[in-house]
Amino acid sequence: MDEQPDKTSTADPAAEPAVAPPPAPAPEPVAAPGPGAPSAEVLKAEQLSVYYGPKLAVQGVDMTIPTNNIVALIGPSGCGKSTILRCYNRMNDLVKTARIEGKVLYHGADLYSSHVDPVEVRKHIGMVFQQPNPFPKSIYDNIAFGPRVLRMKVDMDEVVERCLHQAALWDEVKDRLKQSALGLSGGQQQRLCIARALATSPDVLLMDEPCSALDPVATARIEDLMQELRKLYTIVIVTHNMQQAIRVADRTAFFTVEVPSDGDRYGVLAEFGDTDQVFNNPIDERTKRYVSGEFG
Amino acid sequence: MASTKKTEVGAAPDPAASLRRQRVRWGEKLIFVVLVLCALVSVVTTIGIVVALVSPTIDFFQQVPIWRFFSTEEWAPTFEPAMFGVWPVVVGTFNVTFWALVIAVPCGLGAAIFMSEYASERVRKVVKPTLEVLEGIPTVAYGFFALTFVTPLLRDNWPSFLGEPPGIFSAGSAGIVLGIMIIPTVASIAEDAMHSVPNSLRQGAYALGSTKRQVALKVVVPAALSGIVAAFVLGISRAVGETMVVLLAAGNTPNLTISPVESIQTMTAFIANTATGDIGVGTLKYNTIFAVGSLLFIITFTMNYFAARVVRRYREAYD
Repeated sequence: MDEQPDKTSTADPAAEPAVAPPPAPAPEPVAAPGPGAPSAEVLKAEQLSVYYGPKLAVQGVDMTIPTNNIVALIGPSGCGKSTILRCYNRMNDLVKTARIEGKVLYHGADLYSSHVDPVEVRKHIGMVFQQPNPFPKSIYDNIAFGPRVLRMKVDMDEVVERCLHQAALWDEVKDRLKQSALGLSGGQQQRLCIARALATSPDVLLMDEPCSALDPVATARIEDLMQELRKLYTIVIVTHNMQQAIRVADRTAFFTVEVPSDGDRYGVLAEFGDTDQVFNNPIDERTKRYVSGEFG
Repeated sequence: MASTKKTEVGAAPDPAASLRRQRVRWGEKLIFVVLVLCALVSVVTTIGIVVALVSPTIDFFQQVPIWRFFSTEEWAPTFEPAMFGVWPVVVGTFNVTFWALVIAVPCGLGAAIFMSEYASERVRKVVKPTLEVLEGIPTVAYGFFALTFVTPLLRDNWPSFLGEPPGIFSAGSAGIVLGIMIIPTVASIAEDAMHSVPNSLRQGAYALGSTKRQVALKVVVPAALSGIVAAFVLGISRAVGETMVVLLAAGNTPNLTISPVESIQTMTAFIANTATGDIGVGTLKYNTIFAVGSLLFIITFTMNYFAARVVRRYREAYD
């Protein structure tokens, strides 16, 4: 990585080590901690409840997500697992009626404190969606999008190559970086979206059912990839597929639906523990019934 | 009486017989024919227009050689001696259209971005239908608006560094009002294009730390670009074909200029101005109208054709 006089803004050859993003408002450690970093708490939800308008969606979630772990959120439809995931990067802000109670801490800093900029939060906490959603731009421009909008002073070619390597996509696309991302297969598009999320050097990667639109081969590739990424990032994944949770996750959170006799249903966190324990030796009765296939 | 009743009752127990066609449903056939005729009206009309244009146009070019039509610079077909260089009215049309676009491109795009990306659903539900109602204002009203409001406004406030102020009739005044007139068309179609950009793209951009402005300008507008271009082409077609505003506000002086302050004549204004009751069928003057009409038809048809192609390409992107 050579030092060149950098011209901020868009395009290419402004050079600087790719890892250092611009300073954040809160005193947070930036960039991805290496594999040897201490197993700190990256994200912590404290009595987190989410409302859509007057309606309670999820109630009272307490959950701590340690560094360099893969945490799976599982549970039946409507249990609020995606809602909780979207609290971690404040994507719920985009829903006008959404409102939270309780706290979400990121390295100890409250993400919902009034002086936190949601745009900055999303720089540190990347997200991959259920449907691959590449922009109708070239493969290169898809990856470069994040660093460009954040005006990161980086060597763009280097970032694109690194992220595509990390997402195990480089060999397949290196000869057609300038071609449209829409020409890729579904699995490739999803890996491109992962690469795109990595380009802003986030600390955490949130994945909202990233494999539900993919075939088993593509799913297996993404799961392998997650094991690689786990060394550098903390991953929170929502999945409908319990086998996937067993295969990839270090820890699993099981959400379920409460149906009060006199009101609307809402989600709660029933159990959170090591994946092995949650599936093989669940403490909560509801978890036991769910993982044994009795409902959901 | 009794016997008829008996046969009816007797027929009922046979289930197979009850399936037989009892009567021809003429109503259904009639509806079908009426609906097909409705659909054919516009097609037949278009063909009819072409046919009606062709014969006088051919007559015209037998009297006036085509090179004189396209290579001389004087347009005075109703004077003596008559001059048939069509460029002044073609350039007049594009002069006005250009100034219309100077207004309509930023305003139409801005309005579309506002409605699609910034306005709340409630505001959008009010603003968009309102804008579409504006499309229905008679063009003659816009013409008087240009003549009695915009022209005096320009003349009174004309900054001296821009040179001579516009006259009573000017291409610029007509162009500005034409631009205002096509804003609803442009904004409405461009907004449709932006609104149909999948939300997943916006979410993807937000998740990468984009601001609202970046989402709008770097994701939504590029993704909807072909639809936006189509909106502008349709707006241009409308401006090119418009008659009343230019007839009232731009004057009626064939003038080979792109200056906004001068009086000009457009193709449509020439036609409207010349096609009066006392014109003799089959005369050169009469045929001239059709020659200009044919040219106008070719220009707008070509533009609509390309707009339709762009729109089709844009549809392929997301369906």
